[in-house]
Amino acid sequence: MDLPLTIKDTQDGLINKKFSAVELVDSYLARITKYNKELNIFLTVTENEAYKKAKEIDKILGYKDTKILSDNPLLGVTVAHKDLFLTKGVRTTAASNVLKDYVPTYSATVVDRLEKAGAIMLGKVNCDAWAHGSSGENSDFGATKNPWNTDYVPGGSSSGSATALSSNMSLISTGTDTCGSIRLPANFNYVVSLKPTYGAVSRYGVIAMASSLDSVGSMGHSVNDVKQVFDVIKGEDGFDSTVKNIIWQKEVKPKLRIGIPEEFFEEGPDREVKENIEKAVKVFEKTGIEFKKVKMPSTKYAISVYYIIQPAEVSSNLARYDGIRYGEKRSTFGDEAKRRIMLGSYVLSSGYYNEYYLNAMKVRTKIRKELDQVFEGVDVLIAPVAPTAAFKLGEKVNDPLKMYLTDIFAATANLAGIPSLAIPFNFSIRGLPLGFQLMGPRFSEYTLFALGEIFEKETDYKPKVAKL
Amino acid sequence: MRSLTRDDVLHVAKLAKLDLTNEEVARFQRQLSKIVDYISQLSEIDTSSLEPTSQTTGLENVFRKDEVKPSSYTRNGYFVVNAILDKKS
Repeated sequence: MDLPLTIKDTQDGLINKKFSAVELVDSYLARITKYNKELNIFLTVTENEAYKKAKEIDKILGYKDTKILSDNPLLGVTVAHKDLFLTKGVRTTAASNVLKDYVPTYSATVVDRLEKAGAIMLGKVNCDAWAHGSSGENSDFGATKNPWNTDYVPGGSSSGSATALSSNMSLISTGTDTCGSIRLPANFNYVVSLKPTYGAVSRYGVIAMASSLDSVGSMGHSVNDVKQVFDVIKGEDGFDSTVKNIIWQKEVKPKLRIGIPEEFFEEGPDREVKENIEKAVKVFEKTGIEFKKVKMPSTKYAISVYYIIQPAEVSSNLARYDGIRYGEKRSTFGDEAKRRIMLGSYVLSSGYYNEYYLNAMKVRTKIRKELDQVFEGVDVLIAPVAPTAAFKLGEKVNDPLKMYLTDIFAATANLAGIPSLAIPFNFSIRGLPLGFQLMGPRFSEYTLFALGEIFEKETDYKPKVAKL
Repeated sequence: MRSLTRDDVLHVAKLAKLDLTNEEVARFQRQLSKIVDYISQLSEIDTSSLEPTSQTTGLENVFRKDEVKPSSYTRNGYFVVNAILDKKS
């Protein structure tokens, strides 16, 4: 069957009996069976659980209850979870050999909420081990391939999450973004994604990378799909005390102003990425949205600040993997994990703490203050997600610093704890996806969604998946 | 170029309880030196008037209500709890 590419089409199909939930699962699993060996997207496929859930859904649909969608807003929506999300009874590896046989005794809040909303989990997808990476090449279980061109990286660290969608093996997926790890792979795969405000979505049950930077989010084929998932996963859960319920600002101001950060367009992005964003700006301008150039001089330090604070927090969070209570021993860690643990230990060690870690935390304040000032003059910022479209497998993997610089446009959102919506737009000359991100002040997700929907309408956006 | 010495790498590996081979020590020394050199650019900024940011929510002291809740039920003067070791090997 022709798989629907949006939540609405999926639910319309189920309610109008065009197909059953079991038939949906049949089709998705058939695609996974056919293409997963080559693309290496799924690490664990939960066939039995998926069918069990699908049968329950078909049963509920039989009752013809008019409240069925309001009680189960994600009814029939297939989901692939990044293998950092704990799933009770289902192996969770963090794509690392350290946890290759680990089975959690509880599920992440996000996993539970999606399940209760009617979603059907198809399995756990590949990522860079411990979320350490920007290309998907740091998985201990082999790199995932980009379905648009298998010689190219899928982007990371949520490589499986983005490719599950671009290869049409799932309708939505979950991911985490510590410095672009949701936005970048989504951008390399022609998929919509959201890195929420830090404190909007609970991190409970998500394997921690850098606790002051980690953000839990999702990907979908349209802005509306990402918004619907956000509505289900956001909010207090009693476990993550950085999440407090707020009154969401859903009313969008009439005259929006979008800022173009000068520093982001000077040297960083290549010509294709830059010209594509200029086209996007023209699309928005036609609707009356005003653009202003803004200056953010501290952003040139963002990568240095990030690569001090993040490894420091990583070295702390990965200390629990002692190989005594669970998991394999510490020598099983891959190279990138070892590098980051050591870098973190170095910048926190006696004699270096003030010069590196404390100093980085202060520069982080400087970046935040600058951003607060910029948001007094504009409502949203537009920026590239990555300097180029997807690059070739093996191109950056032997040069850690070169790989780190891929994150140059992503770091700001994580350091300041602000949300970013990454939207696909056009393809490069080599046929690889392009796009951009829209960043707003903390808790401005609904303004970002509104802008995303305006853009989709103006460009007559249609979801696209790769031909395999 | 701010370099790491072999001793620096061994010291840090010890702090982090990582057993490294000689080859690893040499390779990581090279790679980490490049990274440390890059991140050292932060020393050019004057941060004397800035407070450090440890997290971005602005929240402090997030507590739940201090309510007395009923405890687990008891039997023979002991609290009854869920089994933790529940598989025979």
